[in-house]
Amino acid sequence: MKLRVWARDLALGARFAVSGGRPGLLRTLLTATGVGFGVALLLLAASLPHMLFQREVRESVRAVDASREVTGPRPDTFRYFDRATTYRDNVVSALLLQPDGDAPPLPPGATAFPRPGEMLLSPALRDLLDSPEGALLRERLPYEVAGTLGKDGLIGPAELRYVAHVDFLDTGNPDGRGERFGWSVPEEPMNAFLILLVVVACVVLLLPVLVFVATAVRFGGEQRDRRLAALRLVGADAPMTRRIAAGESLAGALLGLLVGAGLFAVARQFAGSFTIWDVNAFPSDVVPLPALAALALVTVPVASVVVTLVALRGVAIEPLGVVRASAPRRRRLWWRLLLLAAGAALLVPLMGRVSVTETSIDTVPVVTGTVLFLIGLTTLLPWLVEAGVKRLHTGPVAWQLAVRRLQLSSGTAARAVSGIVVAATGAIALQMLFQAMEKDFTLPTGGDSSRAQIAFGVHGKTFDEARAINARFARTEGVAEAMSVVEAHAWRPGPLEKGRDSAPATPLRVGDCASLREFAALPACRDGDVFVVLAHGAQGGPDDERITAVARAGATVALRDPHPPEDGPEGRPADAPPPLWKLPAGTKTVDSRPDPTGMYQYGVLATPSAVDTGLLGESYAQSVIRLDPAVPDAADRARNTAAAIDPTAWVKDLKDTEVDAAFSSVRTGILVGSTLTMLLVAASLLVTTLEQLRDRKRLLSSLVAFGTRRSTLSWSVLWQTAVPIALGLALAVAGGLGLGVVLLKAGGQQVQDWWVFLPVVGIGAALIALVTLLSLPALWRLMRADGLRTE
Amino acid sequence: MTSAPLLRATGLDKAYGPTPALAGADFSLRAGEVVAVMGPSGSGKSTLLHCLAGIVRPDAGTIAYDGRDLTALSDRERSSLRRTDFGFVFQFGQLVPELTCAENVALPLRLNGEKRRAAEARAVAWLARLEVDGVAAKRPGEISGGQGQRVAVARALVTAPRVIFADEPTGALDSLNGERVMSLLTEASRDTGAAVVLVTHEARVAAYSDREIVVRDGRVRDAEWAA
Amino acid sequence: MSIGHTLLGLLESGPRHGYDLKRAFDDRFGHDRPLHYGQVYSTMSRLLRNGLVVVDGVEAGGGPERKRYAITEAGITDVAQWLATPEKPEPYLQSTLYTKVVLALLTGRGADGILDAQRSEHLRLMRELTRRKKDGDLADQLICDHALFHLEADLRWLELTAARLDRLAEEVRR
Repeated sequence: MKLRVWARDLALGARFAVSGGRPGLLRTLLTATGVGFGVALLLLAASLPHMLFQREVRESVRAVDASREVTGPRPDTFRYFDRATTYRDNVVSALLLQPDGDAPPLPPGATAFPRPGEMLLSPALRDLLDSPEGALLRERLPYEVAGTLGKDGLIGPAELRYVAHVDFLDTGNPDGRGERFGWSVPEEPMNAFLILLVVVACVVLLLPVLVFVATAVRFGGEQRDRRLAALRLVGADAPMTRRIAAGESLAGALLGLLVGAGLFAVARQFAGSFTIWDVNAFPSDVVPLPALAALALVTVPVASVVVTLVALRGVAIEPLGVVRASAPRRRRLWWRLLLLAAGAALLVPLMGRVSVTETSIDTVPVVTGTVLFLIGLTTLLPWLVEAGVKRLHTGPVAWQLAVRRLQLSSGTAARAVSGIVVAATGAIALQMLFQAMEKDFTLPTGGDSSRAQIAFGVHGKTFDEARAINARFARTEGVAEAMSVVEAHAWRPGPLEKGRDSAPATPLRVGDCASLREFAALPACRDGDVFVVLAHGAQGGPDDERITAVARAGATVALRDPHPPEDGPEGRPADAPPPLWKLPAGTKTVDSRPDPTGMYQYGVLATPSAVDTGLLGESYAQSVIRLDPAVPDAADRARNTAAAIDPTAWVKDLKDTEVDAAFSSVRTGILVGSTLTMLLVAASLLVTTLEQLRDRKRLLSSLVAFGTRRSTLSWSVLWQTAVPIALGLALAVAGGLGLGVVLLKAGGQQVQDWWVFLPVVGIGAALIALVTLLSLPALWRLMRADGLRTE
Repeated sequence: MTSAPLLRATGLDKAYGPTPALAGADFSLRAGEVVAVMGPSGSGKSTLLHCLAGIVRPDAGTIAYDGRDLTALSDRERSSLRRTDFGFVFQFGQLVPELTCAENVALPLRLNGEKRRAAEARAVAWLARLEVDGVAAKRPGEISGGQGQRVAVARALVTAPRVIFADEPTGALDSLNGERVMSLLTEASRDTGAAVVLVTHEARVAAYSDREIVVRDGRVRDAEWAA
Repeated sequence: MSIGHTLLGLLESGPRHGYDLKRAFDDRFGHDRPLHYGQVYSTMSRLLRNGLVVVDGVEAGGGPERKRYAITEAGITDVAQWLATPEKPEPYLQSTLYTKVVLALLTGRGADGILDAQRSEHLRLMRELTRRKKDGDLADQLICDHALFHLEADLRWLELTAARLDRLAEEVRR
């Protein structure tokens, strides 16, 4: 019975909302749009976990199963090499396949196995190669295009990837042999820290939506008052009237859900076109977590009803008009602080308990704690605004008008601004969390990009081949200087020590003086010199004694392993004596210096004529390349040369720090998200301001009549907007930093930058300006004398 | 009453959209006199007042005030003139609800750059003169309509204006309060030498004037009927 | 109320017989007090005497009721003067004012003027009463208020009439 009454009244209200003429419809649509944007953002945030999880799934489904070692070649096995290359700032992932027989499994996403020398391209890579921007990359991929990689073989629609059938892989390559594609699908979607982020993000997004609904309830103030009074006049009782009013906002909220779902559906179609945090997803992978989505879908309409009922609490709707409690109850502080404290109490014990690598966290205390904290902060705002404006002294007329208005009805202002508090608090806390993560991922590499920008390495090259490689790099356009050495080893000859199964060894690098200087501080160097480089155990390297035990002036070393392991790759018969080399008596001992990649190398450095390079075993050719910054695409030209030398070569960009570009885009994302949320708040603030102005049309006109300047009233509107927003932002900064610290401590992280709130405060200031600017035309229009006319 | 008119309007036209509110209205006001502007509703009474006070610029015609043509002044100049030389009383909705009554009365003085303390002291003195000094610290929402109009009259008089424009000042009041407000307004304006342009449709209110004019269909008619 | 001026005014639209005049008068102004024939004849003979009307013709059968009267130039001026002269403000003036307004319309003269003139006259008295009220004691105030309210009622009726003049004009001229 009770339920039926509720349903009837709510439905009646909903009908008023859509059939209440143009203003009523406009109000409903405004509410729906605001709620819709909020809901869409919310759904997108709730989709993040699944989206990221789905990437991991896709990654593991398409990868070669490396969980078991595949031994012999069979018709259905293949050799493979899985490596990415960099083109400009994009990562191009590659899978090189070389079937052992005629029945290799199809790589995911392929409809047919490419023939030798052919490759399959992802659509994005195909577009890139077809465009002029891809010309340089095309040189790096010497394969015929045979087809397109389907969705199964890709992580996201914008992924750059190719799968090629090659003929140069041997079993010595690092990846080896495979027989099938597809790892086990990971079970736990994400690390705990990410869940923490998403949860906080959702809460941060949900609350402004609710605040918006609460503001929207008050849209169309006077007109709604008249309608509600009319309802009372025709016999509706007070609770019924309230329920009808709630029904009106319910209609807006439900419509908003539809709008939100629609916007979300549209937005996910674009999920593939945007790459944030290197993440770019198939629309079908953008699916909100059911629990979070359900929460949003239930919370928004229920909240719209509850909020309306609460909002009408202090309002007496009488048949002849609506009376607002003239002397509002004094706002009490204790229960607001209690909420805040309860939130903190739930969060603080988590400190240090959530680790980045952990895959599950207890989300309940995090969510409840965060929600309580944010709600507490929001409820604190009206008290703060009230307490704050009470202390403001009157200044110029504009300031006096604004302050007095706030003193008399601080609630309206506080309500509108509370959305900003939530959004700003959340943005600040999230920024802090991300900065901590960013710091984790941004470590100094020790590398020195002023010395070289690209490092290159390839196995199984002789010294002459290394020289040829160096010459090829040196010839490459855009390469200012290339320095190459071959890295072999020197062993101590003679019988093994007791209890050891291999001879002590140390690296032996051969190169010209300029190249050798990259590894050690050489006093003077001429061809024919030899140096022993000691790193003094830096970076976990061996003690100096271990090196000098093998290499010192006058010592003889073996240039091949005198005791090779039985199944070793060295094809030399075990009994043949290894070639020996005597270090010259003038060999100097020098200190190591970090090479361009930041490593302290040790061992023997020899100039070419000091050692018979023909005696060296199979060695590793290393190059570091300094680029000419004036040449466009110099790095990609060098990478092309590297790929031409050996597609399986190791190529690395040298950077001073490993800055993950991803993180700056996340920060941008948070700022964009919080800006959108705050724009939503600004919209409701604007509507409130405009309505308030319209309600005081007469007053404005009479103020103009006795000569009030336009600027006086404009400034008063500015102050009236600025004061609550400023207070709200102050609260948000304090609350956001506090929440951020607690959440960081929960993740065992340190605060990186206390100034993260500056951009958020900047946005807030921009909003003040925006709302004021947008209200001015209406203000000036209303200031015309028309308002004085009675008819 | 033989002095030159303080305010003289000739041939005023004003239209809001397609409907003419004033069509060739003439008007003159001598210093210190109280003139009632009568006429049926919609006849253009208020529009005439708005034009005379420089709130609205007429489409045609001239308004001479104290040797200046109001229609030739800029918006800023007219605003300034209204602050210094004119006072206003409207039917309702003219007091700022957030400000106390004293602050409301002090508002025009403060707009003229007077210090807050001095302005409010003068405001309270005027409230006392209009027998509502008890409401000085109250807000407009907490006082009666009659008190509110007296506060409004105090606000109109506080700058010692030369002309007070009153648009249906008793329109929202009962007879007794209306009479009281009218006698206070006319007495105070006579004492200070302010002229009053009183728009009203009530004869009893118009009876407080020295003479009346009638606006009908946007024209001002002389009281004498020529056959 | 001046019957003579009223009958004169009725004659302005064209010559009429005595009995026509009585019927026209009764239709428009008589209400519950129709004119006696005697009143008509005595009034008309006074008007004849004063040269405000002339006998336009007499129908066969004789008798005063058979005379057709027509207004003279002097008569027209007299009506105009009468209409232009405001009545002394006093309670229960409506019938006179009404007659004046209707006649003004019937004779094609504007009625606004009558109303404005009357309002002016009323206001003159009301100003006087207001001044007396201000200076007098409570009893004076009460007496003045009584008069003021009645005068105001007159004026409000006038305003209402003025607002309805257009419709009235249509009705009267029908």
